[in-house]
Amino acid sequence: MRIGVDVGGTNTDAVLMDGSRVLASHKAETTANVSDGIVAAISDVLQQAGVAPASLSGVMVGTTHFTNAFVERRHLLEVGVLRLGLPASRGLPPMIDWPQDLAAAVGRHHYLLEGGYQFDGREISPLDEAGVLAAARELKRKGIRSAAISCIFSPVKDDMEERAAALLRSEVPDLAISLSSRIGRIGLLERENAAIMNASLAQLAQDVVGSFRSALDQLAITAPFYISQNDGTLMTAEFVAQYPVLTFASGPTNSMRGAAYLSGLEDAIVVDIGGTTADVGVLSGSFPRESTVSVDIGGVRTNFRMPDILAVGLGGGSEVSEDGARVGPRSVGYQLRSRARVFGGDVLTATDIAVAAGYAAIGDASRVAALPPAVVERAVARIHALITEAVDRMKTSAAAMPLILVGGGAVLVNRAIPGASEVVVPEHAGVANAIGASIAQVGGEIDKVYAYDNVSREQALEEAKAEACANAVAAGAAATTVRVVDLEELPLNYMPGNAVRVRVKAAGDLEQ
Amino acid sequence: MSGIDRDRSRQLSVEDIDDLAAGAAFLGTGGGGDPYLGQLLARNAVLEYGMPALIEPEDLADDATVFTSAMLGAPTVLVEKAASGDDIDLSINRLAEVVGRRPDAIAPIEVGGINSTIPIVAAARLGLPLVNCDGMGRAFPEIQMVTYNVYGVPATPAVIVDEHLESVVVETGSCKRAEELVRAAAIVMGLSVMISCYPLTGRQVKDYGVADTLRIALGIGRALREGRRDGDPVDAMMRFLRTTRYYRHCYPLFDGKITDLRRETARGYTLGFCDLEALDGSGSRMQVEFQNENLVARRDGRTVAIVPDLISIVDRETGAAITTENLHYGQRVKVIGTSAAPVMRTDAALAVFGPGAFGIEEPFIPLENLATGEQA
Repeated sequence: MRIGVDVGGTNTDAVLMDGSRVLASHKAETTANVSDGIVAAISDVLQQAGVAPASLSGVMVGTTHFTNAFVERRHLLEVGVLRLGLPASRGLPPMIDWPQDLAAAVGRHHYLLEGGYQFDGREISPLDEAGVLAAARELKRKGIRSAAISCIFSPVKDDMEERAAALLRSEVPDLAISLSSRIGRIGLLERENAAIMNASLAQLAQDVVGSFRSALDQLAITAPFYISQNDGTLMTAEFVAQYPVLTFASGPTNSMRGAAYLSGLEDAIVVDIGGTTADVGVLSGSFPRESTVSVDIGGVRTNFRMPDILAVGLGGGSEVSEDGARVGPRSVGYQLRSRARVFGGDVLTATDIAVAAGYAAIGDASRVAALPPAVVERAVARIHALITEAVDRMKTSAAAMPLILVGGGAVLVNRAIPGASEVVVPEHAGVANAIGASIAQVGGEIDKVYAYDNVSREQALEEAKAEACANAVAAGAAATTVRVVDLEELPLNYMPGNAVRVRVKAAGDLEQ
Repeated sequence: MSGIDRDRSRQLSVEDIDDLAAGAAFLGTGGGGDPYLGQLLARNAVLEYGMPALIEPEDLADDATVFTSAMLGAPTVLVEKAASGDDIDLSINRLAEVVGRRPDAIAPIEVGGINSTIPIVAAARLGLPLVNCDGMGRAFPEIQMVTYNVYGVPATPAVIVDEHLESVVVETGSCKRAEELVRAAAIVMGLSVMISCYPLTGRQVKDYGVADTLRIALGIGRALREGRRDGDPVDAMMRFLRTTRYYRHCYPLFDGKITDLRRETARGYTLGFCDLEALDGSGSRMQVEFQNENLVARRDGRTVAIVPDLISIVDRETGAAITTENLHYGQRVKVIGTSAAPVMRTDAALAVFGPGAFGIEEPFIPLENLATGEQA
């Protein structure tokens, strides 16, 4: 048995799963002290099912905590940034395209040093070890506790980043260090951005992971716990404490993976309706379709693997105009339970409309009984039009596809959606994200350049696949279940030796 | 300084750089590298050195000296290892030493992709004006695929410089040979180098350059930006293109989703094939064949646009151009065909960068004829 937990900005959800069966679920408000909400949610599901903590084999947590902190510029550390690559890359110094307020929050402690590699692994310059040590001493003097290291072509060869990290540690043993090669892909600025973001979250990551751990200790749960990352695979808590940035898009990923699991559908549109927004995404082979454009987070360009999501300002708390013609994007958000009419408040919300239309039994229906039917009808039509439009924008073909509705706001939809072959609202749809977390697999990746003139294509691909699988096993996957889930070859035009960049992703079930 | 009518120059603004880069991405027809980096480099240089004046070819005296400035390498390397600045200066200063004349102005060699903004960096750093024209009216992969070469202007002497400020001077009688020599040196130097080549006279720029392309790129970017605000960026861009002097034949060739992406070695080239399926449910299909740039678009087996006419794949919602290395299965895109400048469609020009130069055994037929043929 295992537990999936989703810690969102508004709600903390938990599910207790036995194999593929949902034994119990719980939805509660997220508490200021994250750990209290988790304790409440987990102890409730254990109690409901009468299960002892000792029979759990794992706890999987999904959280948007780090994303929210970065976007809201809260709890960020100042970061020392070391870039290895001089004399190259001076034209584009670190954080050149960051928003001013964010750059101010993480400071401008930049050290451009000699080092770096060419595309084929040759050195641009030998590593400036003295420079690294000098930077370390300066960071120490400034009281900076976190550093990011980037290096030209470090995805091809990460030795210099590793060496620089060792040197930093020799001077400042307790410095938190983020290496770009562990986080991002080819593309120096984007990869470096991700490393700096990660470094800025180092303290928060320790705190949040610590509070997850203390919640589990409090419940006497000794099973290992994992945190889900952007691509729907799991990381160990220790790893997340070091690489919080890898959780950035795990929220939508979990809800989509949960939707696939609950509905049994592998290819479908998923609409996750929360309190303020509806996230629309596409499942392809039961994994979210990934975005192909660079993703901005809080105004910073990254090259993360992110699900392709369209967010629409429609949720259970969306405010509805008097005549019913306008719905959202303003929302009462987490105050739904005090401000919506069915809960005794004075704001007409989308939830009130669903209750008045007879779709949902939430709160006190008598409080919306007097709404004119024409207003209700207009608002219902508007809600469905918003969903229809979003679905249409995300679809890649005219052919009708099944639509899976999940999230607390799924009750808003009760009519056919043009372009959807069917509308599926699976059981436990309200906690799809926690279920998505609970079923997450363990993944491993590799992104390398091979010269097919020196090594045959077959041999290179075999080597890359083996390395990706080994990375998955190292991350905690059961070797027998690991398989390659994604393979991409990108020939590098103009390069000699028939150079091809190969990306492989492997994933497998968690080792029990 | 001699050779330039300064009064007619008009200043660009820093904001213009973003529009210019967006327009240049479209004119890159899938190649030319990530324009975002060029945009950042230019913005950084302009903030430090000030925006260069933008002048017209006719502002140049016939005996004025004009140098080109560009980044040369592989797009995948550029995103790791971009220019520093002093490498750009050195390529130009060294070329001046070799030819024995200082440049009066800088001109882009290609308007597509990152090389539309590198000349802004060069002009800003050296305090020279920038000429509103280029040698391709789009992007091409090789040094000889330039209008100046078509009409007999040599590409060399050419100077390439790497991050260590090592330089190589290439002097040869053939532009094709120049490409081979430069490419060989660039590989040793790490495939991201700065080049200054095609030392030109004002007369040559006026006679053989593809005029007005920087302003057109700027206009494309502006139309896209305003179109995004108003709701239909692709349509806004096409409406603008139709008002320009070269690109007025401009057609939406396809509206679809990428269903397959293959790369294979054939005819001695690495060829890419992008298969698309219509979104309207008609079952119509398109295949775009590319090397570094998009070369041929075939709809349901019939050629509807072919190099040197421009074939651009853009995001169907935002209108943002997608480079070939960023094409991806599942993307929803529009394919736009645009007529190349007349100076690029002559027999002499087609011999240098027509279909045959890319190993395609099909004649060049202007896009507007292919389109009318269909309407008939």
